[in-house]
Amino acid sequence: MKVYKRQKIEVYIVLSILLVVVMFPVYYAFVMATLSDKDSYSFPPKFLPSFHLIQNMREAWKSAKMGRLMFNSAFIAIVVALAKIVFSILAAFAFTYFGDFKGKYLFFSLILITHMLPLPVRLLPTYDLMKAFKWVNTYYALTVPFFASATGTLLFRQLFLTVPGSLADAARIDGAGPMRFLWHVLLPLSKTNMGALFLIEFNYIWNEYLWPLIMTTTPEMRVVQIGIKMLLASEAQAADWNVIMAGTIMAMLPPLVMLLIFQKTFMEGFSMKEEK
Amino acid sequence: MHAQSRFPNKLLPYILLSPSIVVIAVFFIIPTVKSIYQSFFRVSPFGDRRIFVGFDNFVRLFNSPAYVQSLLRTLIFATAVVLIGLSFCMIVTVLLNQRIRGMSVFRTFFIWTYAISPAIAGTIWALMFNPATGPVVYLVKLLSGKSINWMNDGRLALAIVIVAAVWKMLGYNVIFYLAGLQAIPTELLEAASIDGANGIKRFFRVTFPLLSPTTFFLLIMNMLYAFFEVFGLIDIMTKGGPGNATEVLVYKLYKDGFISIDIGFASAQSVVLFVFVTVLTILQFRYTQQKVFYG
Repeated sequence: MKVYKRQKIEVYIVLSILLVVVMFPVYYAFVMATLSDKDSYSFPPKFLPSFHLIQNMREAWKSAKMGRLMFNSAFIAIVVALAKIVFSILAAFAFTYFGDFKGKYLFFSLILITHMLPLPVRLLPTYDLMKAFKWVNTYYALTVPFFASATGTLLFRQLFLTVPGSLADAARIDGAGPMRFLWHVLLPLSKTNMGALFLIEFNYIWNEYLWPLIMTTTPEMRVVQIGIKMLLASEAQAADWNVIMAGTIMAMLPPLVMLLIFQKTFMEGFSMKEEK
Repeated sequence: MHAQSRFPNKLLPYILLSPSIVVIAVFFIIPTVKSIYQSFFRVSPFGDRRIFVGFDNFVRLFNSPAYVQSLLRTLIFATAVVLIGLSFCMIVTVLLNQRIRGMSVFRTFFIWTYAISPAIAGTIWALMFNPATGPVVYLVKLLSGKSINWMNDGRLALAIVIVAAVWKMLGYNVIFYLAGLQAIPTELLEAASIDGANGIKRFFRVTFPLLSPTTFFLLIMNMLYAFFEVFGLIDIMTKGGPGNATEVLVYKLYKDGFISIDIGFASAQSVVLFVFVTVLTILQFRYTQQKVFYG
């Protein structure tokens, strides 16, 4: 639709004001991360960046073991995202190419029902279970319970339903078994969905807080989100906000960079998610 | 689903489903059932056995002023997050959806809070309102001469927690509204504009009703977020305080379950939350399938 010049300028102005309001906290967090210890206390606060970013990051890196935490978070997020892709592709394939086998609708409902069971609904028994498994403070506890994915199963099921059934018939007549069909025909078609699901789930696990909080008991097993809590707890007395913010920026960078680079894939994944 | 079977294998579908089903049974279904079961028991004073108490935990729950207040507080919190978040994001997205050069850059900047965790959002806003040196505190002092301190002002603390929670969801909401707006045929808006509808009229008569399926979807998602996913934000910013001013249901559940260790009481809280999600999910399924929201 045609937009007139005056209107255009108005839209720019309104959006710019809103953008400044929305972005200011992140800008200020960045400024804080660059300040010297003395400047970080100053009132009125400093609004322009200084040159101590590296020094503050080093300090945060040391005092919260950020290196280890970043590794843990990345490892857990990648393992869970990959497992979710594999588990949900297998499930989606079962639901779309094998007719009405017995129990199909029960299993389908079971997978959907995970949407209705966020962690707080089953918090204490899941914790007890981890204790019984002796999984507390291990990578198992931080990854395995997240392996199933309703979102992923629906996403791939939707995709597989659009693949013409005659392709599978042709494969069968040529003597190819179902797993070969999945590997050679369906998987190449699923690349965009896999990318989108990976990004969404990586982001979700990287940002998870409650579960790692109750599941980790030693600094070596903690994740970055909990590292921020530790930074706050250790620094807040002295209010070393510059160091806290340097750590915060490190913790928020990986998912942010992924979002910015793969924005298009992300958006595609989301529009698929809503249509289900 | 494909009507007929494309592959004749009888056992294979079960093998394919087993990884997901095992995980769901062990980590979702069994713990949930156990939550419900435990809500009918109380651990004896010496912690050595469980005593069946019927609905006693639920009676205790709804007779506890602290719980009822937390419930009301959560409803206020969630309503505020939904109303402020959705109306702000709808307006922003309508502006972002204009065909003007440079909009894609703006879009990127409005969606990126999606990648920020509730805990990080909480940390950043705690800095903004830091009573000693926070920039917002400074601004308020400059404009009104007053010093604000959310560490001893419960209402202010709740307001700030709401702001942080809305801010974190901006990206998510804008992403879905953009997708919803792009699905609206431009001919509709053009027709309305030829019929003489101005921008505001077009928004209320055409855009707003056509966006209502997206709005409804986001309403449910934001509700779930406000009830379940703000734990990190609260834990970082206020730990439920000052007093209990920001103690929402998830935070109370965590405190009663892991700090006071009152298993039956905490399990009853889990069951109440479960009822709440169930209602939301049923609503979502009913209304998104009937598509009654057009018009």
